Amino acid sequence: MKQMAGQHPNRRPYSAAVPGEAAALRPPSFLFWSAVHVLCCLVSAALGFRFSRLLFLLLFSPASHHHHLHHDHHLHLLRQPPAAVIPSPPPPRPDLPPPPPPPAVAGRVGVGRHGIRVRPWPHPDPAEVARAHEILVRLQQEQRLRYGVKDPRPVIVVTPTYARTFQALHLTGLLHSLMLVPYPLTWLVVEAGGVSNETASLLARSSLPVVHLPFHEDMPVLWNDRHRFEARMRLRALRVIRERRLDGIVVFADDSNVHTMELFDEIQKVQWMGALSVGILAHSAAPDATAKRQQRASEETSPLPIQGPACNSAGQLIGWHTFNSLPYAKKAATFVGDGVTVLPTKLEWAGFVLNSRLLWKEAEGKPNWARDLDEVGISGEEIESPLDLLKDASSVEPLGICGKKVLLWWLRAEARYDSKFPTRWVIDPPLEIVVPAKRTPWPDAPPDLPYQRIEYEGSHVEKRVSKKVRSSRSKRSSHNKKKHETHVDTQVSDMSSAQEK
Amino acid sequence: MLWRSFPPYQIMKKGIWFFSIVLCPYLLLQQTNGQTLEQSHQIGNIEGNVGDVLEDDPVGSLKVFVYELPSKYNEDLVEKDPRCLTHMFAAEIFMHRFLLSSPVRTLDPEKADWFYVPVYSTCHLTKSGLPLPFRSPQMVRSAIQQIASNWPYWNRTEGADHFFVVPHDFGACFHYQEEIAIKRGIMPLLQRATLIQTFGQKNHVCLKEGSIVITPYASPQRMQAHLLPPYIPRTIFVYFRGLLHDGINDPEGCHYARGARASLWLNFKNNPLFDISTYHPTTYYEDMQRAVFCLCPLGWAPWSPRLVEAVIFGCIPVIIADDIVLPFADAIPWEDIAVFVAENNVPKLDTILTSMPTEVILRKQKLLANPLTKQAVTFSEPAQPGDAFHQLLNGLARKLPHDGSIYLKPGEKILNWTAGPVEDLNPW
Repeated sequence: MKQMAGQHPNRRPYSAAVPGEAAALRPPSFLFWSAVHVLCCLVSAALGFRFSRLLFLLLFSPASHHHHLHHDHHLHLLRQPPAAVIPSPPPPRPDLPPPPPPPAVAGRVGVGRHGIRVRPWPHPDPAEVARAHEILVRLQQEQRLRYGVKDPRPVIVVTPTYARTFQALHLTGLLHSLMLVPYPLTWLVVEAGGVSNETASLLARSSLPVVHLPFHEDMPVLWNDRHRFEARMRLRALRVIRERRLDGIVVFADDSNVHTMELFDEIQKVQWMGALSVGILAHSAAPDATAKRQQRASEETSPLPIQGPACNSAGQLIGWHTFNSLPYAKKAATFVGDGVTVLPTKLEWAGFVLNSRLLWKEAEGKPNWARDLDEVGISGEEIESPLDLLKDASSVEPLGICGKKVLLWWLRAEARYDSKFPTRWVIDPPLEIVVPAKRTPWPDAPPDLPYQRIEYEGSHVEKRVSKKVRSSRSKRSSHNKKKHETHVDTQVSDMSSAQEK
Repeated sequence: MLWRSFPPYQIMKKGIWFFSIVLCPYLLLQQTNGQTLEQSHQIGNIEGNVGDVLEDDPVGSLKVFVYELPSKYNEDLVEKDPRCLTHMFAAEIFMHRFLLSSPVRTLDPEKADWFYVPVYSTCHLTKSGLPLPFRSPQMVRSAIQQIASNWPYWNRTEGADHFFVVPHDFGACFHYQEEIAIKRGIMPLLQRATLIQTFGQKNHVCLKEGSIVITPYASPQRMQAHLLPPYIPRTIFVYFRGLLHDGINDPEGCHYARGARASLWLNFKNNPLFDISTYHPTTYYEDMQRAVFCLCPLGWAPWSPRLVEAVIFGCIPVIIADDIVLPFADAIPWEDIAVFVAENNVPKLDTILTSMPTEVILRKQKLLANPLTKQAVTFSEPAQPGDAFHQLLNGLARKLPHDGSIYLKPGEKILNWTAGPVEDLNPW
């Protein structure tokens, strides 16, 4: 099994071979052969591999010639002993001839040297990899059947969204998370501003059943208004669930949130309404000095703000952990794309899950502490959190070991509300002018001297920042002028000269 | 003709009719009951029971007498080096402790079927924790001298009804290097005794007829501490952690593991389905529970605690060791649980494993999930019914009753006390 390092005197298993051979030779020629052996040893010392053994075996064992012929076709299966694999120095050796027969053991496996069988193309076969994945999927299915949730209910996901720069980023992430959910899923996507091609093309990439609902008002720019607007969008989706009598567990998945897979297993336990812990990733997007101070301050107070149910030691709901917005009072973002922290509302919708039967007009066993959906939100009522859908908030079930497990994270990261992006993130037709980024080396460009135009230390920073854009273009334009004489040059030089002004 | 009018005969005839009418349906019922019982047992079998043999209870089938050797042979060694309690050879220590308080123990040697000699031959450890076998034969010899001089039972049979636990690499050959172990052979004094060892390979000098092959020791508490809930999905296809190339003892390769481990590495290091490396992570046990197949290739010796760990964690063991004799082979159906791959077929391992039908893999996983199988390979503390101690005792019980020929005639001597290498004859 495990061996000790050099604790025992003789470790050479095949040293038996040499005395055997020597003994077989006649005494009169012993001196001659030993001289040859010494010569071979010197040659080996010079060359760096065991020359004598190879020579002896090749020349002086006629019986094993058959051996060689027989084993020839093995040699391209048998690779060299892993001299290449060992990091320490042994130099590359020629293919070792097959080993001397091992000491007599009655069994068919013997001690001694064996070849290391390596197939000629030791790389995975894609068909086999695909088959292995099929096997894994089937095994995991079986595991879920045996040990997972019994009688899983379908999941209904409600997502408010709208077409904007970062929509592709967030929605694709959510899409992939939902595609991994092992339960039957229906995705209700409510889009502000009506149904757009952007969103439709993103949703078409999933194989999930999506209900794409239009909401014919535009998303407001101010965050406070936006939170209220999203609540109305979600209510719209809940009304659709009520109309169509969709069955399952309703999850409010905002497109920029991050969800764990355990969330979807945990919500299967909900009876009527459940509350989860949401980790709030409220930090500023802009990496500048003010943000760093902010981060340090928030780190001093608490590691990660969490919104969710609060329980007593018996596991019963006694209250709520809400987001403390005092540290961020002056630095909160007001409009979408503001460079400072975006704050969540006191209790985010994402932290609640409902049984869809709570929304139906009539359902068996529907508790009387739930308000009828038609009465909610009609008379201009402010719906801040799903708790407003209930008359009595005390019968909400805490999930995730009574809120100790954080099952999703709330995050808002948006570009400026007026930022532009290419439709469906496709640049068609392709751009005429392609300028490499500063760090990409143009094949035969002259060496870049970025700081030649700085005049004095004071304006060092500013000059450098603006110079980045300029210098590359000017360098390239001059280069282009030399090499290509198309109208492209004039355009580029025009642009660079305009910028320099 | 006379007997027909004989009154008892009439009664008898009536009786026969009566009995047949009453008993037949009863017997039929019994039959069907028995059948349904058997059927349910069989259905139980398909679900996961691996056999009745696992459930045999050794208590009542045998009696073991434990020799009280001076503590220099056992306890003192453990006190000096408590690492002996956690390494893979600890079965000898735990077997002793189990027998001391077991109901199979008898204090009267005349009633005993088996005699146990508690000598911890693998408890001389180097600084790095590996056992040195050089003094083990001396120790065993000295222990036998003790029992031969203080009790008459050794000389009565020259050890044929005694058993020893020798869990070292090559059992009672007492060496870690295979060539030297083969050259030494099994210690002459133990020729007649029953050996309980972890090493098992067909037609090998170090496995003699009648030896009982047991599982190596793996700490049940440590394994329990790392158990994951069973619904965690198994996402790794093939998993292996261990030495792939022994650079210290076999720097040129081709010798360690008969080239099988090096072949594994060279063929599959680029394969995304194979998670194999020498790096031993802290999440080793958790990773095994997230893997479908766990490789158990031979090393310097064909056995390894990896097999036990794979069975406990529900990972299908892939045994790459030609001619290996697996532990408790009469109780655990290894062919149904494990996958056997010949060493020559290692380059085709990915093809072999991916071409297995999914039903076969599911069935193996179901059999592995059976708690009886897991129990049978653990040396649980405290001992539980059906665990490795019980399987060991069952093995001993199946060798009973002893053949009369083991008892020697007075004055007869079979063993040669001076046989073996000269160093072994030194006093301990």
